[in-house]
Amino acid sequence: MLTLDQLRPGEVGQIVRIEGVDGISCRLREMGFVPGESVQFLTTAPLGDPLKCMIQGSRIALRGSEARRVLLAEPISQAAPLAQKAPGLAPRLSTTGP
Amino acid sequence: MTSATRRVVLVGNPNTGKSTLFGVLSGLSVRTANYPGVTIEKKVGRLADARCEVELVDLPGTYSLSPRSPDEWVAVEVLTGELPGEPDAELIVCVVNATLLRRNLFLVSQLLELGKPVVIALNMIDSARSRGLEIDCERLSANLGVPVFPVSASRREGIEELKAGILQALDQARDFAPQKPLPKRFYDLCDEFSGDLSGLTRQPQAVAAGIEPAEGIPSRYLLERAILDRGGEAERQLKRQFGVPGAERLEAVRTRIESQLGPLSDVECDHRYAWAKRQTEGVLGAAGNAIHGPTERLDAVLIHRVWGLLIFAALMFVIFQFIYAWSGIPMAAIEAAQDFVSDRVQSAMPPGTLRSLIVDGVIAGVGSVVIFLPQIAMLFLFLAILEDCGYMARAAFLVDRMMGLFGLSGKSFLPLMSSFACAVPGVMATRVIENRRDRFATILIAPFMSCSARLPVYLLMISAFVPAISIAGGLISLSGVVLMAMYFVGVVVAIPTAWLLKRTLLRGEPAPFVLELPEYKVPDLKTVLHRVWEACKAFVIRAGTLIFAASVVIWATAYWPADHTRRHELERMIEASADGEGEQVAAWEAELKRVSAAALEGSVLGQVGHAIEPLVRPLGWDWKIGVGAIASFPAREVIIATLGTVYSMGGDVDEESEGLISAIREARWPDGRPVYNLAVALSIMVFFALCAQCVSTLLVIRRETNSWRWPILSFVYMTALAYIGALVTYQVTIRLVS
Ligand SMILES: Nc1nc2c(ncn2[C@@H]2O[C@H](COP(=O)(O)OP(=O)(O)O)[C@@H](O)[C@H]2O)c(=O)[nH]1
Ligand SMILES: [Mg+2]
Repeated sequence: MLTLDQLRPGEVGQIVRIEGVDGISCRLREMGFVPGESVQFLTTAPLGDPLKCMIQGSRIALRGSEARRVLLAEPISQAAPLAQKAPGLAPRLSTTGP
Repeated sequence: MTSATRRVVLVGNPNTGKSTLFGVLSGLSVRTANYPGVTIEKKVGRLADARCEVELVDLPGTYSLSPRSPDEWVAVEVLTGELPGEPDAELIVCVVNATLLRRNLFLVSQLLELGKPVVIALNMIDSARSRGLEIDCERLSANLGVPVFPVSASRREGIEELKAGILQALDQARDFAPQKPLPKRFYDLCDEFSGDLSGLTRQPQAVAAGIEPAEGIPSRYLLERAILDRGGEAERQLKRQFGVPGAERLEAVRTRIESQLGPLSDVECDHRYAWAKRQTEGVLGAAGNAIHGPTERLDAVLIHRVWGLLIFAALMFVIFQFIYAWSGIPMAAIEAAQDFVSDRVQSAMPPGTLRSLIVDGVIAGVGSVVIFLPQIAMLFLFLAILEDCGYMARAAFLVDRMMGLFGLSGKSFLPLMSSFACAVPGVMATRVIENRRDRFATILIAPFMSCSARLPVYLLMISAFVPAISIAGGLISLSGVVLMAMYFVGVVVAIPTAWLLKRTLLRGEPAPFVLELPEYKVPDLKTVLHRVWEACKAFVIRAGTLIFAASVVIWATAYWPADHTRRHELERMIEASADGEGEQVAAWEAELKRVSAAALEGSVLGQVGHAIEPLVRPLGWDWKIGVGAIASFPAREVIIATLGTVYSMGGDVDEESEGLISAIREARWPDGRPVYNLAVALSIMVFFALCAQCVSTLLVIRRETNSWRWPILSFVYMTALAYIGALVTYQVTIRLVS
C-alpha cells in the first residue's frame, strides 16, 4: 500500500490509516494525521531523512520510519503549495529546486 | 475577603504563544520550581491587577492529554488536581492557535472532559486576520459552551478582556458538566470498568507505597486514558495499583470496546476530530490563505540540500565562535573584577585564615559562578533568537539523520555542540528536547564533549612532551594531531555511551521525532531577552548557590589541617616591604612557594593524593599528579595552578609558563627516572578528556534532572571510564615507545 514516504515532492495523498498503537502513532494522530485528511509531501532533509509535509495547514517534519506508518490512497493531485490557486497547472513543481 | 489563592492553569499546544501569554498575564512575578521527582518545570505567576489572589501555572506545551511518560502524567495530574500537595486547579485556560483551530481543538476536547471550567484564549488572532481567516468567536463559544476570547499575546491585544473573563469564570459556579465528545457507549463501558475495579482490593505493595489516588478509583478521565492509551502511563499506574486482576479487567473492557466501536486507536481520534469539525461548523468564515507563502520561500533555501547545510554550518560556526572565543572578553573582565576585589581585600586585611577564606574561598566561589554567565547568556541569546524566528525546528530537521549515530534526534545537536565550549550551558539547553529519554541521554553524554577548560591541560602536556615533528612543510604537526585526537576521544566514547544508556537505564519505547515546523517570523526582542534573563537567573539561583558552597568546601580541604603560620608570616613580610623588590623579598617569595607546596601536601587534599598513589601508579602518575587530578575534580582548569603550587612555582602559573614546563620535565622519581614522558602526558590528557571534573556541570545536571541520581551516575561512570582510558593509554604507549 502507498505510504507517505513514497510520495514525490508536491504530491497530495489522502490518509487511509495510521499503523500502530504506540507513542509514535498516537503523536501522529494528535498532530492531525487522521483518516480522511489530505497530506502533501513537500521535501526531504538534505541527508535524505526526515521529510517535510503539510497537514491541516501546518508543516510537520517526520522521519521516514514514521512516515511509513501513514497509509494513503493513491495520490490525488500534485499541487505545489504555492500554486494552490491553480493546482492543475503545476504538476511537477517541486519545492526542493532542481 | 478573598478566601484562599485561586489556581488557574494554562495549557496549549506547543508554539501557540503560551509562554508569551503567561508573561503578559503575570508580569514579572514568576517563580519556577520543579515538581518532585519529574523534570517538568512549575512556573507560577500571579495574575497582575487581579481583584483576588490568582495564581497562574504554566504547563509545558502538549498536543494532547494522553500521558506516555511520568512527566506528562504529572501535567495531567496538575490539571485534574490529583497531585498530592498541590492545590486544586479551579480553571483551565487553553491557549489555541487561531490559524490552526481545528487541530488545536483535539486538546480542547480532552480538556472539556475533565469537568473543570475552561476559558479559551484564541491567540495569534492578528496573524489569522492578516491572512483573511475569519473566525466567529461568539459562535465558537456557543458551540463549545465555554467563553472564547480572541487575543494577540505578542501585540497585547484583547488581554484585558481575557483577564476579566478569567476572573468572571472563577466567580461563577464551580461545578461544570464535563463534555462527552466520544460515543456514549464508550462512557458507559468506562463506568462499568470503574465498577469492576472498585470490587478489587488494591495491591498490598501499592498500599505500602502509599500510592493512593483521592478516591481509591482513579477519576473518570484517568480511567479513560488507561483504556485508550496502550502502553501509556495511565495503564502503568492502573496496573501498579490493581495488579494482575486490574490488567485482566482492562483487557476485557478494551476487547468489548473494540468489538462495539472499532479499533481502539481509532475510537479516540475519529470522534475527537469529528467533534472538532462539528464545533467549527459555521465558525470559520472565508477560508483565507492558510498557507504562509514567505515560510515556503524561506524553507526552499534554508532546508535546501546545499544552501541549507551551508547556512546551517555558518550559523553554528558563528554561535560556537561566540561562546567559545568571544565570550572570553566578558570572562576576562569578570576575572579582572575578581582580582580587583581580591586585591582590595588583601590590602585591607592582614594575612591569615580569614583572609584566605574570603579571597580563596568566598570571592573565588562567587567568581566561579559568575564566570559561567557570559557563555550561558550568549548561548541562550542565540537559542532564543533561533527558536523565536522559527529556525530551531529546521536545525533539528537538518541534522536529525546525523544525530542518529548517537541514537538521538536532531534536537540534541545544539546542546552537544555548545558543550564543546562548556557543558553547563549545554546541559541547560537540553530543555528543548521534550522526550525525557533523549534529553537525559544528551545530558549524560554532554560532559564528554571537550570543553574549553580542558584546553589548557592539553596545551601544557603537548608543549612539554609531544615531540615537535611536523610534515607537509609544517602544515600538519604532531601536536596538532594529538590535540585533535583529544577532541575526538570524547565523541568516540559518547557514541557507545549514549547507545548503551538508551538500552539500559533509559530504556523505553522509541521517541517520536514528529516535529512541527513553525512559520518564520522576525524574533521579538523582548521575548528573546526574557529567555536570556530566565536562563541566567535559573543558573545563579538554583545551581550557583551549590557551586558556591562546593568551592568553599574545596578551599577548606586544600587549606586544612596544614600549618600556615610561616606562610602567613612570609606573606606579611612581603606585603610590608614597601617596594616589593630586592634580594630579601625574592628569598621570601621563594620560601613562600616552598611553604605553600608543603602546606598543600599536608592538607586533606595532599594526604588524599598520597593515599591514592598506589591507585594512580598504573597510570604512570606520582602522588603530585594524583593531587593535581583530585584538586581538579571541582573544576579541571585548577590542575595548572595546583601543579604550579606542588612544584613550588606558586599558583599564578598558566599553561605557557616556562617555569612550570621545565619543572614538570625535570620532575624525577626517587630513583632518578623522569616522572613525565609521552606516555604519562597522554594518560593525563585522556584522563582529563573523559573525567567528570566539573562540579558545576554535575550540579547543573542535578538541577536539570531534578534528582541526585543522574549526577552521581555521571560522576561514577565518567571517572571509571577516565581511569580505564588513562590506564590503557599509558600501558599501550609505554610498550610502543620503549
Ligand atoms: N503573530 C503572533 N505571534 C505570537 C503571538 N503570541 C506569541 N507569538 C509568537 O509565537 C511564538 C511562540 O510563542 P511561545 O510563547 O514561545 O509559545 P509556546 O511554545 O506556546 O510557549 C513566538 O515566536 C511568539 O513571539 C500572537 O498573538 N501573534
Ligand atoms: Mg513555551
